[in-house]
Amino acid sequence: MLLRHTPKEVKEREALTINPAKTCQPIGAMYAALGIHNCLPHSHGSQGCCAYHRSMLTRHYKEPVMATTSSFTEGSAVFGGQANLLAAVENIFALYKPDVIAVHTTCLSETIGDDVTQIVSKASEEGKVPAGKYIIHANTPSYIGSHVTGFGSMVKGMVKYFAKSTGAKKDQINIIPGWVEPSDMREIKRLVKEMNVQSIMFPDTSEIMDRPQTGKFDMYGTGGTTVDELRSTGDSKATLAMGHGASVPAGELLDAQCKVKLYELDVPIGLGATDRFIQTLGEVMNVAIPESIERERGRLVDILTDNEQYFYNKRVALFGDPDQLIPMCEFLVDIGMRPVYIVTGTPGKYFDERMAEVLKSIPEAKFRQGAQADMFLMHQWIKNEAVDLLIGNTWGKYIARDENIPLIRFGFPIMDRIGHSYFPNVGYMGAIRIVEKLMNAILDKRDREAPEEKFELTF
Amino acid sequence: MPDIQILKERERQIHQKGSGNFAMACEQKSLAGAVSQRACVFCGSRVVLYPIADALHLVHGPVGCAAYTWDIRGSLSSGPQLHRLSFSTDLQEKDVIFGAEPKLYMALTELIDAYQPKAAFVYATCIVGLIGDDVEAVCKRVALEKGIPVLAVHSEGFKGTKKDGYQAACDAIGRLVGTRSTENISPFSINILGDFNLAGEIWMIKKYYAEMGIQVVATITGDGRVDDICRAHGAKLNVVQCSGSMTKLAEHMKEKYGIPYIKVSYFGLEDMADALYKVAQHFPDKNIQTRAEDIVRREVKEILPELKRYRTALTGKKAAIYVGGAFKAFSLVRALRLLGIKTVLAGSQTGNPKDYKQLKDLCDEGTIIIDDANPLELSKFVKEKDVDLLIGGVKERPIAYKLGLGFCDHNHERKEALAGFVGMKNFAQEVYSSIMSPVWKFAPRRGGEYVSRA
Repeated sequence: MLLRHTPKEVKEREALTINPAKTCQPIGAMYAALGIHNCLPHSHGSQGCCAYHRSMLTRHYKEPVMATTSSFTEGSAVFGGQANLLAAVENIFALYKPDVIAVHTTCLSETIGDDVTQIVSKASEEGKVPAGKYIIHANTPSYIGSHVTGFGSMVKGMVKYFAKSTGAKKDQINIIPGWVEPSDMREIKRLVKEMNVQSIMFPDTSEIMDRPQTGKFDMYGTGGTTVDELRSTGDSKATLAMGHGASVPAGELLDAQCKVKLYELDVPIGLGATDRFIQTLGEVMNVAIPESIERERGRLVDILTDNEQYFYNKRVALFGDPDQLIPMCEFLVDIGMRPVYIVTGTPGKYFDERMAEVLKSIPEAKFRQGAQADMFLMHQWIKNEAVDLLIGNTWGKYIARDENIPLIRFGFPIMDRIGHSYFPNVGYMGAIRIVEKLMNAILDKRDREAPEEKFELTF
Repeated sequence: MPDIQILKERERQIHQKGSGNFAMACEQKSLAGAVSQRACVFCGSRVVLYPIADALHLVHGPVGCAAYTWDIRGSLSSGPQLHRLSFSTDLQEKDVIFGAEPKLYMALTELIDAYQPKAAFVYATCIVGLIGDDVEAVCKRVALEKGIPVLAVHSEGFKGTKKDGYQAACDAIGRLVGTRSTENISPFSINILGDFNLAGEIWMIKKYYAEMGIQVVATITGDGRVDDICRAHGAKLNVVQCSGSMTKLAEHMKEKYGIPYIKVSYFGLEDMADALYKVAQHFPDKNIQTRAEDIVRREVKEILPELKRYRTALTGKKAAIYVGGAFKAFSLVRALRLLGIKTVLAGSQTGNPKDYKQLKDLCDEGTIIIDDANPLELSKFVKEKDVDLLIGGVKERPIAYKLGLGFCDHNHERKEALAGFVGMKNFAQEVYSSIMSPVWKFAPRRGGEYVSRA
C-alpha cells in the first residue's frame, strides 16, 4: 500500500494541505499564454518556477514548452526585479523574436511589490519593444487562487491589452474555451464551423501543444490566436465564456471594455452542457442547428440508452478543477451514476453553489473546495465507503491502486498516458469518448476479476 | 528557419574542443530572459532529501512548490512510503501579510502527531525568506516539544542555483549525522552518498558491497532512513556518487569525524568496476579485493556477449548529452564509447571549471562542451553534428523527439535501473532500442516526408 499512511478516520486539519488537488497560479498563466500566436510566456520570479511549470506542462503534453524567466537573485529580491525584467525583455526580443511576451508574476515578485504595468511601460519608453511587438501581463501570486485562476487572469490580460472596439460590429462570436486540451479547442472550433458561424477562439493551443513531427525545432508552432484576432474580439457580437474560473473574468472585461455581450457557459462536457453551448450559439448568432450536429447528438443519446445498465447507481469519486468537475458531474448524474465525493483545491463559493444544484438528486454526495479539499481527504472518504470509479489526474493512480478502483484520467496533469491532446472530451463526440472510457474501466475490471463461473463473453 | 544566434553573453559558456583556448564560463546565474533548463535552490534541496523515506518533508510555502515536486523522482523505498505524500502549508494571502509561523507550527505538530516520523525537514521557499518567518525558531520549538529532530532547510529559490540547494540539504543531513551510537559498526564499513535509488539502483549496489564483505551504514539518501544517517559517522569511508550534490556532506564529515571519501560512479562497466576496486583498496583486507574482482569478472562475463552485439549495431552512431551534473556526463561518455557511440556534444546545468576541463579531456576532438544550454542551442548543435541520440531529462525529451532523434532519460524519469553491471546492459538496450526504432524512418529528418505532394 503506497498510501498506507492515510488513516481512515477523518480529522479536521487547520493548517495543512496533503496531496493537493490544485497547483499554483503561474502555471495556468503559462499554459494560457501558449495559446497566443508566436508568444513566449515569461515567468517573473526565480528560475525554479519556470522550470517546474515547463516540466509539468511537458509531462502532460509531450511537447516542448518554451518559456523564459527573470532569474531572480538575492539582489533582485532586495532591490526589486525591474532590472531583470528589462534585461529579459531585451534578450527575448533579440534572441527568440516572439510577437508577444506574456509576463506573469510569482509569489516572489508580488511580495517584493514589483509593478509590472510600470515596468512594461518603461520597457516601451526605453525602446526595448520593437515595432509591432507587444508585452502583456497578468498578476498571478501563488498564494491566491489556483492554477485555474492563473489561467483566467492571463486570458483577462489578453483582453485588457488587446481588445479594441472600433464601433463597427462584426458578424463573429468570441469563444473562450477555458483550460481545456488542444483537442477540445479543435473540437469546439469544428462545431462552431459546422454551425456556419465565424468565431475567434482565445486562447487556442491547438497546433502548438499538439504539433506534428517536422524534424525541426521551432519555438512557437503555427497555431494560437493572433494579435489581430485578439484585437477584433472587441468588435464581436458576443462572447461565450466557458467556465467560471478560467474564462468568465475575461468575458466580463470584454463586456465592460468593449460592450461585447457575455454568455456564461459551462465547458461543454457531456450532453447537457453541449446542448446549452449549441443552443446559445444558434440563438446568439441567429443560425439554425444543422442536421449533422443533430445526428451527432443522436448517436450520443443512442449510446447512452444502449448501455444504461452499466452506469446505473455506480458510485464515483472525482477531483480536479471546478470548470471541468461541474459539467462532468452533471453528465454522470444524467446517465444514472452517483458522483459521491468531489474535491477541488481551487477555492470559491461558485463551486459549492453549482455542485449543490447538480447533485441535488444525490443526497449522500460530499463535495468540498479550498485549501483542505485535497486528495488525502477524498481518499479518507473512499476508505470509509468505497466507490466504483475514480476520475481525476495522474496522481489518482496511488489511490486507484491501493483501493483497487479503476481510474479514468481526466484533468490536469496527465503524466502517464497519452490521448488527451488528440481526442476531445467536449461536445457530443467527446461525450461518446467519455462514455467509452467509463464503460471500459468498469468492464475491464469485471473481466479481470469475475470468478470463472460468472465470466461471460458478452457481459 | 533562420540561423540560430548565440547571445554574446553565452559565447564563453560554449566551447568546441580543439578550437582555441579553453576557458569555460560556468557556475553563473542564467541570463534573464533565457529559456534555461535549470531549476532553483528549493529544487536542489528537495530532490536530495526527499528519498529519506521515514522522515516528514513539509514544504513551507504556496502550494505550487509542493505540487511540482510530489513524488516526481521515482525514488524507491523498501519500507516506509511517507516521502510519497505531498505536505504543504499552502500559504494564502493572509499568511503572507501576517506571517506564517503559527501556521507552520500547527502543520508540523499536526503531522508529527499523525505520523510519528523519525525526523522532519521543513523546506523554506522563496516567499518564506521574504516575509521573515523564523523557520529555525519554529523548528527548534517543535523539536523540543516532540522529541525528534526538526530541521529547517534554507532553500529559498532565489538564493542561488540548484547547487546551493544541494548545500542546504547537506547542511540539514550534517546536523543529523553524529547523533546516535555507532555500536556494532564493522571496521569494513561505508556510507553510500549521492545515489537516490531510482528504479531500485541502490539495492543492486548494496548487494555488491555486501558480497565484498562491506557493511553499508547509511544510504544517503536513496532508500534512506533517519536512524542510519544519525550513525553514519561510524562508517570508515564515504563513497560519493553524483559529486555535485553530496561532496559538501562528505567534506563536512571528513573535517568533523575524519572520515575519508572517494568519488565514484556506478554507471558503465569501467566506472562500476572502478568503484568496487577503489572501495576495496581502502580496506587492508586482501579478501575484499579478491571478492571485488570475482564480482566484476562474473558480472562482466554475464553481460559482455550482449553488449558486443549492441556495439556491432551501434558503432559509428553519435550522441549528445545534456544532464544536470557534470560527473554524470563523464560516465556517459565512457559508457557510450563502450557501445561504439561517439559523444559529439556534452553539457550540464551545474558543472564547475574543473568538471568542464575533465569533460573536455575525456571527449574527442570537435566535441562541443556547453554549460546551461537552452533548447535553441541544443537543437542547433544536434543538427550540425547529425546526432542520433540525445541523453537528457524531462524537458529535453520532446525536443529530441521533435527533431526526430532517439532519446534516453538519464534523469528522474528512467524506468530501468541504469547503475551497476546490469544497469549497463539496460542502458545499452535502451539506447539500442531508441536509435534502432523503425519509427525514425518516418521522421522528415531521415527523409520520411511524402514522396510527392501532387
